[in-house]
Amino acid sequence: MATPRIFSLLSASSTAAALRSSGRFSRWGRGINRFSTAVATEEPITPPVQIDHTQLLINGRFVDGASGKTFPTFDPRTGGVIAHVAEGEAEDINRAVSAARKAFDEGPWPRMTAYERSCVLFRFADLLERHCSEIAALETWDSGKTYEQAANVEIPMVIRLFRYYAGWADKIHGLTIPIDGLYHVQTLHEPIGVAGQIIPWNFPLLMYGWKVGPALACGNTIVLKTAEQTPLSALYVSKLFYEAGLPPGVLNVVSGFGPTAGAALASHMDVDKLAFTGSTGTGKIVLGLAAKSNLKPVTLELGGKSPFIVCEDADVDKAVELSHFAVFFNQGQCCCAGSRTFVHESIYDEFLEKAKARALNRIVGDPFKKGVEQGPQIDSQQFNKILGYIKSGIEGGATLEAGGEKFGSKGYYIQPTVFSNVHDNMVIAKEEIFGPVQSILKFKDLDEVIQRANATHYGLAAGVFTQNLDTANTLTRALKVGTVWINCFDVFDAAIPFGGKKMSGYGREKGIYSLSNYLQVKAVVTPLKNPAWL
Amino acid sequence: MAAAPRISSLLSRSFFSSSLLSIGRNSPRRGGIFRYSTGGAACEELINPPVNVNYTQLLLNGHFVDAASGRTFETLDPRTGNVITSVAEGDAEDINRAVSAARKAFDEGPWPRMSPYERSKILFRFADLLEKHNDEIAALESWDNGKPYEQAEKQEVPMVTRLMRYYGGWADKIHGLTVPADGLHQVQTLHEPIGVVGQIIPWNFPLLMFGWKVGPALACGNTIVLKTAEQTPLSALFVSNLLHEAGLPPGVLNVVSGFGPTAGATLASHMDVDKLAFTGSTETGKTVLQLAARSNLKPVTLELGGKSPFIVCEDADVDKAVELAHFALFFNQGQCCASGSRTFVHESIYDEFVKKATARALKRTVGDPFKAGIEQGPQIDSAQFEKILGYIRAGVENGATLEAGGERFGNKGFFIKPTVFSNVEDDMVIAQDEIFGPVQSILKFKDIDEVIRRANATNYGLAAGVFTQNIDTANTLTRALRVGTVWVNCFDVFDAGIPFGGYKMSGHGREKGIYSLRNYLQVKAVVTPLKNPAWL
Repeated sequence: MATPRIFSLLSASSTAAALRSSGRFSRWGRGINRFSTAVATEEPITPPVQIDHTQLLINGRFVDGASGKTFPTFDPRTGGVIAHVAEGEAEDINRAVSAARKAFDEGPWPRMTAYERSCVLFRFADLLERHCSEIAALETWDSGKTYEQAANVEIPMVIRLFRYYAGWADKIHGLTIPIDGLYHVQTLHEPIGVAGQIIPWNFPLLMYGWKVGPALACGNTIVLKTAEQTPLSALYVSKLFYEAGLPPGVLNVVSGFGPTAGAALASHMDVDKLAFTGSTGTGKIVLGLAAKSNLKPVTLELGGKSPFIVCEDADVDKAVELSHFAVFFNQGQCCCAGSRTFVHESIYDEFLEKAKARALNRIVGDPFKKGVEQGPQIDSQQFNKILGYIKSGIEGGATLEAGGEKFGSKGYYIQPTVFSNVHDNMVIAKEEIFGPVQSILKFKDLDEVIQRANATHYGLAAGVFTQNLDTANTLTRALKVGTVWINCFDVFDAAIPFGGKKMSGYGREKGIYSLSNYLQVKAVVTPLKNPAWL
Repeated sequence: MAAAPRISSLLSRSFFSSSLLSIGRNSPRRGGIFRYSTGGAACEELINPPVNVNYTQLLLNGHFVDAASGRTFETLDPRTGNVITSVAEGDAEDINRAVSAARKAFDEGPWPRMSPYERSKILFRFADLLEKHNDEIAALESWDNGKPYEQAEKQEVPMVTRLMRYYGGWADKIHGLTVPADGLHQVQTLHEPIGVVGQIIPWNFPLLMFGWKVGPALACGNTIVLKTAEQTPLSALFVSNLLHEAGLPPGVLNVVSGFGPTAGATLASHMDVDKLAFTGSTETGKTVLQLAARSNLKPVTLELGGKSPFIVCEDADVDKAVELAHFALFFNQGQCCASGSRTFVHESIYDEFVKKATARALKRTVGDPFKAGIEQGPQIDSAQFEKILGYIRAGVENGATLEAGGERFGNKGFFIKPTVFSNVEDDMVIAQDEIFGPVQSILKFKDIDEVIRRANATNYGLAAGVFTQNIDTANTLTRALRVGTVWVNCFDVFDAGIPFGGYKMSGHGREKGIYSLRNYLQVKAVVTPLKNPAWL
């Protein structure tokens, strides 16, 4: 059985919807676009879950922040408070690091057999499966993503990830090495120690899985800082981890803010490794803190401005649907969003009509409601930032084809927005918008689109649409990005490495490549007496 | 074919016997009156290096050129402090020119576009040329750096040749993976060259570090801007000319002589450099990493300082341990990032060990590195020379017992007497800081748990030596020591196939071996839908 994947959110029906509406013309008059179901004006659905855990999780126990402070976490559908959460600061990070240090230096985790570690991870996956719908509800409530996406795709992917990494735990092999003389040489791939991990709000639990899975499989202990916008799901599942048999102190979870908790973690002298997912601006700061403190190695998964290239010979309807999905998925809040849609001039007009129609058909509304494709943006800051980018698109001279405004009267909903006639030098073609805003650009030939697609400091991912094998191979090698999706997009899998070139980050997460982020290589050399072979 | 030369083979049998012969001697504990076996070399007439200096300009885009500013700086003979020659001084503008050349060579040139087999042949031809010019290169290296000519000629330059053949063999073996995913997708990974690589190398092993850096970068199809250390610019220029003779296209390897705060900083913060590799001090490494972070987030590998423990257990063969501990510390004038600079000796054999280690140090032959049989030449320059003498003073002032050496050797150049301290405590400066000179600190320990804790109580984590015949002790120590290399009953065994690099503040990443390739590759995942597959 194939496991659920993000890509599967592309239902046949939405493709059909896009096709049906292709005859519709853009009614370019501010705010009069009609979106299929205007649920935001209805009463929000009550999430089917209780909030049980709001404290910090340190050394296997839920505790208050040392300062006693809390902060509110909000429902993006309304801006109302969901719960007050213990606010971790420098002192709490210190407590968490001490617990993780002790668990690594003296505790059972790195000293149990790899098979025992794998069993804990397998049991955790089973518990996630049992609590899938509650976890999905928490995730949707806190982040605004659609419940169907969380319940049918994301949480099952987290489960899949933990089974994947559990399978790695007892397969971490070092090498024996042929050298030039009478020495026996081996390498040990050792756990690196205490790992600090800072995760974002756009896929709270998925990022939890990407980070925690490999770190634990390799025998490390962890201090995890969640995003202040989405602290709830990580606390819930980490409790399950202890139920699954994780020894105390192996995974510590601190809710809190970047400048306090995050900075303390990044510059801590007793943290041996740091992994960060977030913006390029913050990634630079985090790396600077690591460099100034104890030179802990850092992996970074940062921003993007990924091209989605639709070639002359592409299947236009499929390309329209996938390019729509590539940018609008998760309210446009994806680091790898295909946010520059390059379309060959010969099919540009047709593509544009259909892309616009598809956006106008996008179902925006309460993410708990069945069939809704797009929920609210995460918070007011992002909401205003995105509206600012839309304004700048209009002022920069791009043509607004659809959307362009807030949606409904409360919460942080934004209309699916499409710009045509976007030029490379416009702000909306250069900066990461992180919202439901598609920019469509025109190109003439392959060399030109390669050069334009690469003319960015980012290098996270790219989509390529063509049926021609030579075109696909040429583009695949030429694009300076970490992932190329050909005739597909956002295909994520536990085994597929993900990460960026250039200012989109360092290192790869997932797949066999992710293990090296959490291992140190130790070479061991002894003299060799009287060897039977060399 | 004979086993390739290695550094540890500098440990000859005769050293063992000489250290045994001198056991009976009492340590004459009085500053400065020690006698070294072949003492006077520094006062004799110096040997004329058998080589001409032909290349002193910057190597940009395949041509030797002057610096944009027209400026030069002097490179000195550490035996005397006299000028060897003046060298073009690269600064920001020259780095920019070099990066443009490397960028063009990568984006448009033949190097990443030729077959890996063709790339490998250029590296093999380069190795052949290195072999042909071995002695001239070794002479340049000794002259500029002060290391014994025999060491350069018989070990280091041949090791560089060996490295280039090793990496020549990797060039056509860079495989990506096909990846099993959960659904109807064909997934593969491409291991691509990363692009323009900036490399900053130190003065202690100028050509060996050239090999560690340039070898994997070229094998993986990248182009390079290399900044050499201002103390030792000569050998890299000589061999880079040979690399072009071997068929390297212009712009693939650009060499800029110059200083850290100008040329080095420009390279580290350049927006068009895709990767940076640095070997040097931990402090400079932090600066370099911050420049990379603030500019374009280029990934950085760092090979930095160390304060490596050398642990001699109760059951060790004391004479062998003395000889290897001596070698671990004094090799290359003590100027090794991996030097075994904290000699931990079990209390049951401590007194015997100190006596023999002192005797061995007193027998160390110091003198003109061009003279046959010399074990120790001068330190690299006056700054290092003064710094080391300062550490020796600190050792005396902190109450460690000076058993041998303790002052300069001779009256010109930067020679220092092989120095041994006993009764060194963990909190003394000489037990904590990287001295990078011929100063051995001998510490006493009682049991394994204690020595593990003390050996790990440092911000460094580069290497460790372990001396024991007991396999359980060896295995316990091997896992517990937080270091990148553990040498058991040996030390400084370097090989193209053995990865080298540090834990903690000794650095990021591994050089040499299969592990070094990933420093110079980017992983690209490529995913397509899969129609009607015969299997999944």
